[in-house]
Amino acid sequence: MGAGHHHQLYRPGDSPVHRLPPQCKLVAVLAFAGVVVATPREAFWAFGAYALLLALVAGVARVPLTHVLRRMAIEIPFVLFALAIPIIGMGERTEVLGLSLSVQGLWAAWNILAKASLGVVASILLAATTEPRMILLGAQRLRLPSLLVQIAMFMLRYLDVIMDEMRRMRVARESRGFEARNLMQIPVIARSAGALFIRSYERGERVHLAMLSRGYNGSLPIIHELSGSGRQWGVALALPVTALAVLGVSLC
Amino acid sequence: MHVPDGFFNAATSISAGVVAAAGVAVCLRGARRELDDRTAPMAGLVAAFIFAVQMLNFPVAAGTSGHLLGGALAAILVGPYTGVLCMAVVLIVQCVFFADGGVTALGINIVIMGMITVLVGWGLFRLVTRMAKGRAGISAAAFLAALVSVPVSALAFSLLFAVGGTAPIDATAVAAAMGGVHVLIGIGEALITTATVGAVLAVRPDLVYGARGLTTPLVLKGADGTTSPVGTVPAGRPAAGGIRPFLLGGVGVTLVLAGLVSFFASSNPDGLEAVAENKGFLDQATDHLFGSWALADYGDVGGIPVGIAGVVGVGITLIVAGAVAFAARRRSGVRV
Repeated sequence: MGAGHHHQLYRPGDSPVHRLPPQCKLVAVLAFAGVVVATPREAFWAFGAYALLLALVAGVARVPLTHVLRRMAIEIPFVLFALAIPIIGMGERTEVLGLSLSVQGLWAAWNILAKASLGVVASILLAATTEPRMILLGAQRLRLPSLLVQIAMFMLRYLDVIMDEMRRMRVARESRGFEARNLMQIPVIARSAGALFIRSYERGERVHLAMLSRGYNGSLPIIHELSGSGRQWGVALALPVTALAVLGVSLC
Repeated sequence: MHVPDGFFNAATSISAGVVAAAGVAVCLRGARRELDDRTAPMAGLVAAFIFAVQMLNFPVAAGTSGHLLGGALAAILVGPYTGVLCMAVVLIVQCVFFADGGVTALGINIVIMGMITVLVGWGLFRLVTRMAKGRAGISAAAFLAALVSVPVSALAFSLLFAVGGTAPIDATAVAAAMGGVHVLIGIGEALITTATVGAVLAVRPDLVYGARGLTTPLVLKGADGTTSPVGTVPAGRPAAGGIRPFLLGGVGVTLVLAGLVSFFASSNPDGLEAVAENKGFLDQATDHLFGSWALADYGDVGGIPVGIAGVVGVGITLIVAGAVAFAARRRSGVRV
């Protein structure tokens, strides 16, 4: 996961995809991923159709290809793993370009690559077209435990604050000539982590007191009434339903 | 090592999802006990802390760097229930907002990286702190908890892989490679967890959930220099600096293992990994994993099959774990 989380995925916009209620999009992405995972790996053209569907969504949402591709770097470790499978896999072997590869392994590698990429692109499109706060409000509409949603909300809200504190500590360390080069430097980094924990925890206590003074009683007021009309649900669910139809046709 | 979609079959993904949902539900209840109505802001901030701390890169060995998983650290600092909850929220946020880890594999990720690391870490921590009291005991317990939690989580991954993986790879080979590689990561995790817990203990011991029994009683100091304790006096305060033997021991073991790893790495022809690492997106877990796997296809590594190396690695962790536990026990025996 390394340094991949620095930039936010959300791209403000006003496309039809952006305007859909978040809960509809969440359900659509989850259902789509489910259909993709359930597709047998022999159905090559079904995966092509799924990719076309996602490209269509990206086109309607006006999310540029480069934005999606840059974020897909997150799956590189597993791509490397998938590429290694045919070589170390068991079973019947075949010759490709002078390399002895496992047939089963080739199938497995294709399976993982195709499904993981489609899943990642679907998630990227969701995150790119929906404001993080709205995704959580949508999750709350979907009856996720409200405490869990609140925790995630606080995490998102203060993530940048905490990250900034960490960056300031790093700048302070490095401006004094620190560079993590070997194990002897672990105590320094650990002390930073400890300080960061204390600051985060104390900030949490202050936030809690501030909330109490404003009348917090365990639940946050809902100011946005998010409700999806039947038409909006229909539009959002068109993605997984089409994917399901593709799956059905490919199985026949 | 966030698992993407398609890595496990649908049945495994769904069962893991059910287990994760049940576990999170239990922890929501338990966290209310640990934090009452402070749960939402506190757990949210701690989750943000864990997210941030996972980005702290530290050098592991032979030029590779890793980062914290944070399960054991979370358990020790904020307690097991809140710990699981924070890890789960971190994984959910990484999955939904950063597209890291598959949506259908979210349950698997929460079970492997959230629940198992926290539960194993907390269980070991309690076990050792019960045997060894005081700050040294806490340091030893934190070291052991973090050290073991990482390879156990890797072995859980291998077990799930054997049950529902989609790739035709020998399950024992996966277990050996994953276990061996994660022993190294576990050592890094253990060193940094121990030092972090120590740093927090030194400044705000009241914030460390795992050290709640360790609070110093209030002592009143008069103007004439007389002191009178209020409440009970502890039998004997353990000396500070108990962290050093474990740090030294850990460094020693790391050095031994570093030889093992560098010998994986030196014959590794794969430049992509180095690029990926320079870009900073290569997870430390997968980094080593692929290093050894990529070698596995060329038969063996300098005469030692990867599987054997993995087994040796697991054996070494067990020995280290046993030694630390033994040292901690003797330590308490001397003091009490």
